[in-house]
Amino acid sequence: MEYLKKYPKLFQWLFLLIVFFALCFAIDVPETYKFIRGQAEFVKDPNQSVYFFLGKEVRYYAFDVFWRLPPLLGWLPIWINDSLFFLMNEWMPMEFWNEDTQEFKTRPLLLEISRNLTSFMTFLIELIREILLGGLETIVAFTSWDFIDAYPWLELPGLPWTIVAAGAALLSYKLSGKGLALFAGLTMIYISIFGQWKPSMQTLSFILVAAPLSFIFGLGLGIAAYKSKRVEKALYPILLVMQTMPQYAVLVPALVLFGVGDHAAVIITMVVAVPPMILLTILGLRAIPPEVIEAGRMSGCTNWQLMFKVLIPTARRDILIGVNQVIMVCFSMAVISAFIGAKGLGFNLLLALNQLNIGLALEAGLCISLIAILLDKMSLAWANKQTDYFGNLTFFQRNKNAIFFAASFVIGIILAYVGTFIFKGSFNYLFEIPHNKGISTADFWNKGVDWIFDTFFVYIKAFNTWLIQDVLQPMRALYLRMPAVATLVLAVGAGYLIGGVRSALVVAALTLFIALSPWWDRALVTLYMATFGVVISCLIGFTVGTLCFQNKKSAAFMLGVCDIFQTFPSFVYLIPVMMLFGITDTSVLIAVIVYATIPATRYTIEGLRSVPVGLHEAATMSGVNKFQRLTKIEFPLAFPHMMLGLNQTIVFALFMVIIGAFIGTEDLGQYILKALSDKNGAGIGLTLGICVAFIGLIFDNLIRTWVGKRKKHLGID
Amino acid sequence: MSETVIKCESVYKIFGENAKKMLEESNGNVDAKTFQERGCIVGVNNASFEVAKGEMLVVMGLSGSGKSTLLRCISRLTDATGGKIFIEGQDLLELNNKELIELRRNKMGMVFQSFALLPHKTVVENIAFPLQIKGTNTEESISRAMEMVKLVGLDGRENYFPRELSGGQQQRVGIARSLAVEPDIWFLDEPFSALDPLIRKEMQDEFLRLQEKLQKTIMFITHDFDEALKLADRIAIMKDGIIEQLDTPANIVLNPATEYVRKFTEEVPREKVLIIEDVMDASSKDNLGDLKVSKDEIIENVAEKILTQEKLVGVVDSNNNIVGSIKPSKIIDTVFGGRKIGS
Repeated sequence: MEYLKKYPKLFQWLFLLIVFFALCFAIDVPETYKFIRGQAEFVKDPNQSVYFFLGKEVRYYAFDVFWRLPPLLGWLPIWINDSLFFLMNEWMPMEFWNEDTQEFKTRPLLLEISRNLTSFMTFLIELIREILLGGLETIVAFTSWDFIDAYPWLELPGLPWTIVAAGAALLSYKLSGKGLALFAGLTMIYISIFGQWKPSMQTLSFILVAAPLSFIFGLGLGIAAYKSKRVEKALYPILLVMQTMPQYAVLVPALVLFGVGDHAAVIITMVVAVPPMILLTILGLRAIPPEVIEAGRMSGCTNWQLMFKVLIPTARRDILIGVNQVIMVCFSMAVISAFIGAKGLGFNLLLALNQLNIGLALEAGLCISLIAILLDKMSLAWANKQTDYFGNLTFFQRNKNAIFFAASFVIGIILAYVGTFIFKGSFNYLFEIPHNKGISTADFWNKGVDWIFDTFFVYIKAFNTWLIQDVLQPMRALYLRMPAVATLVLAVGAGYLIGGVRSALVVAALTLFIALSPWWDRALVTLYMATFGVVISCLIGFTVGTLCFQNKKSAAFMLGVCDIFQTFPSFVYLIPVMMLFGITDTSVLIAVIVYATIPATRYTIEGLRSVPVGLHEAATMSGVNKFQRLTKIEFPLAFPHMMLGLNQTIVFALFMVIIGAFIGTEDLGQYILKALSDKNGAGIGLTLGICVAFIGLIFDNLIRTWVGKRKKHLGID
Repeated sequence: MSETVIKCESVYKIFGENAKKMLEESNGNVDAKTFQERGCIVGVNNASFEVAKGEMLVVMGLSGSGKSTLLRCISRLTDATGGKIFIEGQDLLELNNKELIELRRNKMGMVFQSFALLPHKTVVENIAFPLQIKGTNTEESISRAMEMVKLVGLDGRENYFPRELSGGQQQRVGIARSLAVEPDIWFLDEPFSALDPLIRKEMQDEFLRLQEKLQKTIMFITHDFDEALKLADRIAIMKDGIIEQLDTPANIVLNPATEYVRKFTEEVPREKVLIIEDVMDASSKDNLGDLKVSKDEIIENVAEKILTQEKLVGVVDSNNNIVGSIKPSKIIDTVFGGRKIGS
């Protein structure tokens, strides 16, 4: 009884767990229940029950509601599909002038908007692409195909790779200095020599359209939300869901709305990349000290000047993190959107992975990662650049970069021209090294993989079998054994204990949505994989973070490593694990662990770092040793921040689990992947995405509420 | 007095949703307590005063007394809830946004407690900022900013970023920035409060030197009574949004209007604040001894001389005409009389 009074929370949690397990044991698995089978797969079967909602027929296998809730939301995907179809094909027909046929045509409004948006995006991408690679679409866009037939010499020739490489190096030099210039030059040369020039430039042209557009939209909406509470309130739920929504899931609706190709990829990338940009813009603007704003006003700033000369530069740190995020998402999407027909490195990467050609995949993945890091560093350097007003420079000094570029331009063209003589009859290597005609290390890597497989096959297989049979399968079975009602009770109880009624209601609504969707079993499998990944990631991340924190240099080094790893597109993580473990759940889980360890490590170091120096000194003066200081002072104080790391770890893990469907897992991701090739997939894809997002949001809500309370309790913020 | 630059007539600032309506209902009789019960907080309560050209008015009050709010009403960083504010005869509250911006660009400068420098700009860029906002070209604004850098003694640090400077240096930048457009009116919101005592004294002296040279019309906010005494032509003491007393430093020390003001003056060393004129007897000019002192001398400087005299000491003005006299015992009274000794 004394313990009960001393630790009331502990007993409440114990009670909750007891209830949960009691329910688990009390509710039996129905004999006819088949695990994992979708409960509403739209196949007719006399054993199914049927209900109608909004004119939609939903068929499902009915079981005890305590065991599995009926899929009352089964109509949602169908309904989304129908609505999308209606909007695209029937809603608001209007007369539009058609250039080609020279007459008015009736078209639904949304279709017309989508077409115009699409052609605009295509134009932008083609413009950049043809500057880099050559082509005639841009000229055609201004004139016509007949025109280009009449004047074939008008075709854009494309820049020789030497010029692009020199340009990239010079720009990097201007922005940052020798180091970055060297990196830029080497990256470009590497890309070219290894025959990845064309796909790389295709990807680059995609990014150069998607990233700036995402930045502008994100910044604009962020400013709007900062200025108006109403806009913020309207945006907030969307932002929240989009943050935990797997990128896969948005592909399918985009397919329906914008068709297949680079333009759809750009639009969908914006949908994914804009939310974090908005959030960080708001965060940055909110953190500006009021006196700085007043100083701006007293300097006589107009509203416009105040925003762009005072507020945004002052909020630069957070906005830069936003830019970093945008670039990350863009590269990640550059790969994923290959599923909807975007050209470039992503397509090659997916193709190579599909053919199990690890060597090729590795080359493409390396290229995309290098470009990602380069652009990331360049954007950072650009934002930190400063002007020197007092340098007394000569004309040459002031314009040396332009002069050098002009010079390298001329030299590049001469080289390319000379190249036509040297490489007569074959490819002009000084102009562009064609795909797969460069040096390739693919064979080397493939042999390496084979060697690893031959040499370590026994061990890898043994490990694999052990993991799957003794750890993963039982864990999966346990998760699947959870009755819907018991899970609901657990979630709601946790919500109540952590955040009171409000939290309990939010969590209940999110859980119910998943439970009432036709994919409860799949969600449980997703959850089990994510849990496994998160537990291991946190163990590794917290340990590595704590160890690295002991020394300033190693902490900085580790944060740098995290930065670089975070820049890699998520798909790249699949390459090395497939190299080692082939196509198994183990591969996916290891990719999940590697990917999700990044935030766990980062937040641990940052959390430990944020412990005030004064406390360290106070602790030292109290005579604690290193270990005591860690356990008594640093961990308790850093713990809330580490929990935020856990939150990120969960989101990262969920993303990777869903992407892992590409290798073949039996979770929600598999259905999302399926939906991509289904003509009625939009509704299913979106609903599945929301399910995954909600799993993330349940944890997000619980963790954030807890952290908020804990921080208040500790008086840190 | 010369011409009036800032003029406030019954200025109110009340925070809260129905502030305007409640103020109208109260007929100018604002009671902080009843307002608070209805969800409104009174920032400034019926402030009326004038500031003449070249005068330095120091507004003194503890935190929460409404002094910063009053300053923000006059610079219109917040809109006053009621009353009228005139800047050089122009009704401030009637100005539209464009006119207000013009006013700030040409007439006003402000220094902030937390310096409020733009973190992404160097010293010289920060100082040139108001000029560039006005549309001055880069070359001219930078050369003007360099003059200001010299004025505040930061030569050689013009390319530093604010984060690379000490607090005192940062505030010098803030002062230089506020002076860059050559404003007539200078607002200083607790400019030295965030500085160490030694640096603070140094900055106060520097500030007096600048003001000697520039002769701006100044509103200076502080919570430090000693600072107010040292700098002010006149002091306004605020409490709970109300101006308790507005007078010259000497009059405040000699005749505190309320109990609240008296508490501040208790610990003040009078001999450092008062001048002979404040304590002399203007009626008796006869029977004087040999010693003559100027009426503008601070008591501390001449006390020793006066105390060695047995006869009355004559007080003279700048033309050496006798304007009054002072008894040696009066000095002792002044220095020790008003203070509670040993309590």
